[in-house]
Amino acid sequence: MSTPNSTRLLKYYEALNEGAAQAMSEDHRVFMMGLDVDDHKGIQGSTLGLVEKFGAERVFTTPLSEDAMTGVAIGAAMAGQRPIHVHIRMDFMMLCMNQLVNIAAKSHYMYGGTVQVPLVVRTMIGKSWGQGAQHSQGLHAMFAHVPGLKVVAPSNAHDAKGLTIQAVRDNNPVIIMEHRLLYSTESYVPEKPYVVEFGQSRVVEEGSDITIVAISNMVVEAIRAAELLSAQGISVEIIDPVTISPLDSATIEKSVDKTGKLLIVDNGWLNCGISAEISARVAESEIITRRVQVKRLGFAATTCPTTPTLENAFYPSPKSIAMAAMNLCNPQSSWEPNDAQCELAYQKQFKGPF
Amino acid sequence: MNESLSLNARLYEQVALIRRTEEVIAEIYPSDKIKSPVHLAIGQEYICAAVIEHLKASDYACGTYRGHGVYLAKGGSLNSMMAELYGKSTGCAKGRAGSMHLVESQHGVIGMSAVVGTGIPVAVGYALAIKQKKTTDVVVVFMGDGATEEGCFSESINFAALHKLPILFVCENNQLAIHEPIDKRWATPHITQRVSTYGIPTKQFSKPDIFAIHEYVGEQIKQMRQGAGPCFIECFTHRWSEHVGPNEDYDQGYRSLEAAEPWRKNDVLITLGETLAPALRDSIDTKIETKIQEAVNFAEQSPFPDPKELYDYVYAK
Repeated sequence: MSTPNSTRLLKYYEALNEGAAQAMSEDHRVFMMGLDVDDHKGIQGSTLGLVEKFGAERVFTTPLSEDAMTGVAIGAAMAGQRPIHVHIRMDFMMLCMNQLVNIAAKSHYMYGGTVQVPLVVRTMIGKSWGQGAQHSQGLHAMFAHVPGLKVVAPSNAHDAKGLTIQAVRDNNPVIIMEHRLLYSTESYVPEKPYVVEFGQSRVVEEGSDITIVAISNMVVEAIRAAELLSAQGISVEIIDPVTISPLDSATIEKSVDKTGKLLIVDNGWLNCGISAEISARVAESEIITRRVQVKRLGFAATTCPTTPTLENAFYPSPKSIAMAAMNLCNPQSSWEPNDAQCELAYQKQFKGPF
Repeated sequence: MNESLSLNARLYEQVALIRRTEEVIAEIYPSDKIKSPVHLAIGQEYICAAVIEHLKASDYACGTYRGHGVYLAKGGSLNSMMAELYGKSTGCAKGRAGSMHLVESQHGVIGMSAVVGTGIPVAVGYALAIKQKKTTDVVVVFMGDGATEEGCFSESINFAALHKLPILFVCENNQLAIHEPIDKRWATPHITQRVSTYGIPTKQFSKPDIFAIHEYVGEQIKQMRQGAGPCFIECFTHRWSEHVGPNEDYDQGYRSLEAAEPWRKNDVLITLGETLAPALRDSIDTKIETKIQEAVNFAEQSPFPDPKELYDYVYAK
């Protein structure tokens, strides 16, 4: 456990930055590449100052050649280096699929354990201000589908740093799915290097009436929804899986065994998504002994629009999450939080301690 | 590789080993003992033999799914390769790879891919690592003409040229992608000219001249070890076999034996063998036959992996 004076409030992007810097300090094989990692904006601050600290040989931009650059990072990793490959939007990773799925995920297996791919891919989901169809996608389920890849989704600054360091130390390809709207959120972050272990879901808030499992920035939205529900006397248990793959569903199943009600709120589409996977694991659970009601929320089954009126309807919100939870807990209720209540809930943030 | 032999004998030994190994694979194949599709490079062996003759043990080579030659020339164990083709636990990838994904890390054989072009940027990544580690090693990556149509080919050459990475790109241009001729795939066939616009040395070899390739590559690799950056060569060649499988397929109508004649008449195995004293050639041939027979015996006698190993190696520890 950290002593209180060794932690301080840090923003998510600062935590990402500090995690990378500490990982690079402790291992000279770690390097960072990606379009714009060395420019004056430094991936919204998350890579700012690293080129000054570690030099242009270890922090460098790349041509807009996502396919080949992913292969280059993989090859360097196989040859003993530990690359961090950064993409400013997750949508651009569609250009990396061949290398990630056919090489990074498979090499350790396909080459009989003689090769390792200690690769970190950092990538960011966008939302709001008209991010639209190709700057907003949460594609974690696509990657989680493939054996050999690990996928993590930090929902707060503490995990952003701890997962970054763990990802760099891991001997497998790890995709870190960040969220743009989390970049300015703060939580208590230890100064020293530490890891957040993969495959351990976190109970963010304990409760007894319903379990809400939320992914990425939906954790923040779920915390706001829980605030609204609390005023209605409903006690919510919020679980952040932290790692999408490997997924710790046992923590979720134990919670659902307690509450009997599960609402999964994904930062992605429902169809064949992580919410479907979690639902299936709950259905197959050997831990759960009672009848369970399940409901899922996520992106609307459309392309993400840019105009705010449509965009607001596209995403789950604290209001829609709270109403879905209420519907599970009390199907007769016609409760709907008003705008002022929703506004107040937006003040709520989870800063730890962890 | 036997350093005491003359260059001609060393090259012959390599070409003959690859040729005979693939011929034996083709003979065994109908028995169904080989548990993997095989893509033979009979007729093309001289290219990897010439190029890899310049590599040290610590250098790297990356082939393709048609990669038996690259694997063997770089020093990969024939026993491990044959066992891999048989799906045995003693294979170079413990039976997880088959013929298309040969690998042998301790001899610098980069794992090969069945997705065309995919190995090119991975090999560039090895070259980047060499530059970061500040050693004088080099990487050679082999590809067919089809791979030059993949986006990652151009992307990789640009990045390697931009960062002056120690890598030699070798295009074995047999003018076929599976069964499709190059003129149905490229607007213009000038691969070497296109690559030269990246500002790196390029050279085209239109004939099966193993010594010309050997000489040029030797000079380029020497400079590469001193930081000169990448180089590209294109070697026109001819694939004797069908795209995949043990047979020839001139009767299939998509290409003619007549057009193949100039290549088959100038078979490097024959022309190179004729430069050797018959006794030396015979002794090399005998050694190769023994080695191949040992590898086949090794593969046949090795056990299959246990089914309970299915989940091994999904994730590295």
